[in-house]
Amino acid sequence: MGLLNALDNPINADGIILGKVEDLFNWGRAKSNWFLQFGLACCAIEFMAVNASHFDLMRFGNIPRSSPRQADYIVISGTVTLKMAERIKILFEQIPEPRYAISMGSCANSGGPYWQHGYNVLKGIDRVIPIDVYIPGCPPRPEAFEQAVLKLQEKISMEEIFKKRERVAQEDKMLESMLKAEENNFIENVNKHI
Amino acid sequence: MTIQEIYDLLKIHFNDDIKEITDISNGDSFITVNPANIFDILQFCRDYETLDFDYLTLISGMDSGENLGVVYHLYSMKFKHSIVIKAFVPKESPNIQSVVYLWRAADWHEREAFDLIGVVFDGHPNLIRILCPYDWEGHPLRKDYVTPQEYHGMKVPY
Ligand code: SF4
Repeated sequence: MGLLNALDNPINADGIILGKVEDLFNWGRAKSNWFLQFGLACCAIEFMAVNASHFDLMRFGNIPRSSPRQADYIVISGTVTLKMAERIKILFEQIPEPRYAISMGSCANSGGPYWQHGYNVLKGIDRVIPIDVYIPGCPPRPEAFEQAVLKLQEKISMEEIFKKRERVAQEDKMLESMLKAEENNFIENVNKHI
Repeated sequence: MTIQEIYDLLKIHFNDDIKEITDISNGDSFITVNPANIFDILQFCRDYETLDFDYLTLISGMDSGENLGVVYHLYSMKFKHSIVIKAFVPKESPNIQSVVYLWRAADWHEREAFDLIGVVFDGHPNLIRILCPYDWEGHPLRKDYVTPQEYHGMKVPY
């Protein structure tokens, strides 16, 4: 993406590309993201269809892996029961960083048909693990899943790699101080009015 | 054999333990029996020559409001007849004899009825929850079940 666009630039000639190392790495990362072979409920049927020859997910560089240790992302494809949610959390944490998650279908997004009477269903997998891309639908069409994969690739290719932790830590510190200042302001205001 | 014939036969052998027969025109008619004697009745159904119910289709639990019910669907491979037998136990002491030793298929069915409805099957070799997590509280398919607010730190309501 970013890297290939550089080829259109007239400054780059004779097979030489000027670009950021970050772009190169992200290009590679985005185009070969392996997923954990894992399905939950009826959405998993559609997920299987995506993997089969008709929709051929592998042409996007997505290969199923049987172990979370080798995977880059996990697809939550279906209804998440409370019993399963704890296992999913463990699976997700076993994926080495950087890791991603796609929430597929209404059930994983928000409980779906079980939002009211599903005493055993977690109403949204994002209560347990962070989600990068949500796919609406019950179940989503395979095309929708493909778009989600493209969205995930877009997200990965825009990511910062170097000094990310330092930057994030700094941002966190700033955010914390901002929140504290706001809180102090609020308390002062309240005190004034009492 | 029709259900009426089976009922008459059971009535001869168990008289007061066989209560009534309920006719349902568009479904399975069923026979209500005394839960205290369920093992003997079902063993008779399995072993008696002209009944020969060798196949236990399913056991399910039900909550009828004041009582808990256990429903047995039996089928005979040889005579191709089937029967539905119901037994009701009070909610305060929902105990009934297990039939695992008659049909091994009863094992998981009884565990399910225990898990979701709370019927206790005496004599079952391994009566633990089968669907809900082991530390789940209450029996979810009872009419008076209240959904918990939280499970292991996860919020349950929407
Ligand atoms: S969203 Fe629909 S298709 Fe997907 S798991 Fe839930 S009920 Fe099944």
